[in-house]
Amino acid sequence: MKVKLKIWRQENAEAKGSFQTYTFDKVAPEMSFLEMMDAFNTQLITEGKEPVAFDHDCREGICGACSMYINGHPHGPVSGITTCHLSMRHFKDGETITVEPWRAKAFPVIKDLIVDRSAFDQIQIAGGFISMNVGGAPEANSIPVKVKNADEAFDSSVCIGCGACVAACKNASAMLFVSAKVSQFALLPQGRVEAKERVEKMVAKMDDLGFGNCTNTYACEAECPKDISITNIARMNREFFSAKVS
Amino acid sequence: MSKKYYSSLTKKYIMSFLGLFLMTFLLVHLSINLLLIVDDSRELFNEAAHFMGTNIFIQVFQWVLFSAFAVHILVGVILQIQNWMARPKGYARRVGAEESIFSRYMIYTGAIIFIFLVIHLADFFANKMIGDVPEITSGNLAGMEDMGLLVMEKFKMGGYVLFYVIIFLFLGFHLDHAFQSAFQSLGLNHPKYTPFIKGLGHFMAIVLTVGFISIPIIIYFFK
Ligand code: HEM
Ligand code: SF4
Ligand code: FES
Repeated sequence: MKVKLKIWRQENAEAKGSFQTYTFDKVAPEMSFLEMMDAFNTQLITEGKEPVAFDHDCREGICGACSMYINGHPHGPVSGITTCHLSMRHFKDGETITVEPWRAKAFPVIKDLIVDRSAFDQIQIAGGFISMNVGGAPEANSIPVKVKNADEAFDSSVCIGCGACVAACKNASAMLFVSAKVSQFALLPQGRVEAKERVEKMVAKMDDLGFGNCTNTYACEAECPKDISITNIARMNREFFSAKVS
Repeated sequence: MSKKYYSSLTKKYIMSFLGLFLMTFLLVHLSINLLLIVDDSRELFNEAAHFMGTNIFIQVFQWVLFSAFAVHILVGVILQIQNWMARPKGYARRVGAEESIFSRYMIYTGAIIFIFLVIHLADFFANKMIGDVPEITSGNLAGMEDMGLLVMEKFKMGGYVLFYVIIFLFLGFHLDHAFQSAFQSLGLNHPKYTPFIKGLGHFMAIVLTVGFISIPIIIYFFK
């Protein structure tokens, strides 16, 4: 297979950056997108050129590092998967593939396709945790949890913090991520204790960092590799409201 | 800027609450306008207009309504500016995954409604101030302003009818996304009721749009 790669190249955070177009013909349909990028980088290196910097770690859809905006979609055109799970058989022979970094004020580009997603860490630090005494692990079954709540909390907790929701949103809003993190605690008794402060602090931090506001377009849900539901956003809004009025 | 004073979610609550409030106002406004169609003597419409123009409760309420519009518009513009600022550099190639096409253009459909609002209010109050309104000559409303006639005359002008129809199509686009969006913003999302709210939103958008548009069209062609 042969593809044309139109890739965003940017020397560093301060550089202006531009698209460069390359032809790459050592593509096998069974390669993952990242394997293709590795092979392409090998070619660049043999040619004495600077390889394309991109973020990746687990390569099995759990770390959320592989942030690439491919052909107009975060994590590429196939829904419900990360870039590392995207296979080259979804592209046509000879196709031009546009690869861009996430675009958001709160996610500045560091180099080429790598953006700084530490804004998400800051939101987590602001309230995405529970406080408890150190010591031996308490007996898990001593606090009853409804199965429905446990299931929903689990569904929210599968968010890998990849930032695709921000990348997809026309407003670069982080509400899907933040609401998933708020929900995974709000649904469980251990999380209820600090629920009020948590939602207030996380939302305040999200606003401070310059993420946009949600206008309920639901593009985030459609593009999220973990199918996080926008019902989390409604839950966050409810949590926020009750925190403000009580 | 403003986000230091009000959080994103507070603004969303204000936006959605006022938006829903404005929709109920539109329903009332439409019902009154429809009186022009059902009653050729214009008596019902004029009576309603007179009531609206003189009743003390309505006079006070009018200011609540103006404020609702003003705040909805102001907060909408602030949110939009922040949203533009949140992505200083856009994508070279973007395939939007929005559920509804109308959700992409709320600020633009809103701006069109705003232009109409300004013209509509300027028109209405200019007529009132100048005292240009014809008087009702007979019947038990004799001596009162014939607001109905004023409207009928406007809707006999083809250009104005076309303008009006186009504007209300855009209002329909605004409302089609807005109704369900407001519920989501208020935190009201439920597996059982949300599909119904979405359906009701499309229905309301169609009823309001077709309702408002039908009036000038019927008057222009059939009255
Ligand atoms: C009769 C007139 C109007 C009605 C009934 C109405 C209703 C609504 C409703 C129900 C929403 C949804 C709120 C939400 O998603 O939380 C909305 C959103 C919006 N409206 Fe209006 N609106 C009207 C006029 C206007 C005008 C004149 C503007 C002028 C700029 C405007 C700008 C917006 C914007 C930008 C949004 C999206 C805001 C967001 O989702 O954050 N609207 N409108
Ligand atoms: S909500 Fe989805 S898209 Fe957003 S960070 Fe979590 S996994 Fe990624
Ligand atoms: S590299 Fe970890 S999710 Fe893709």
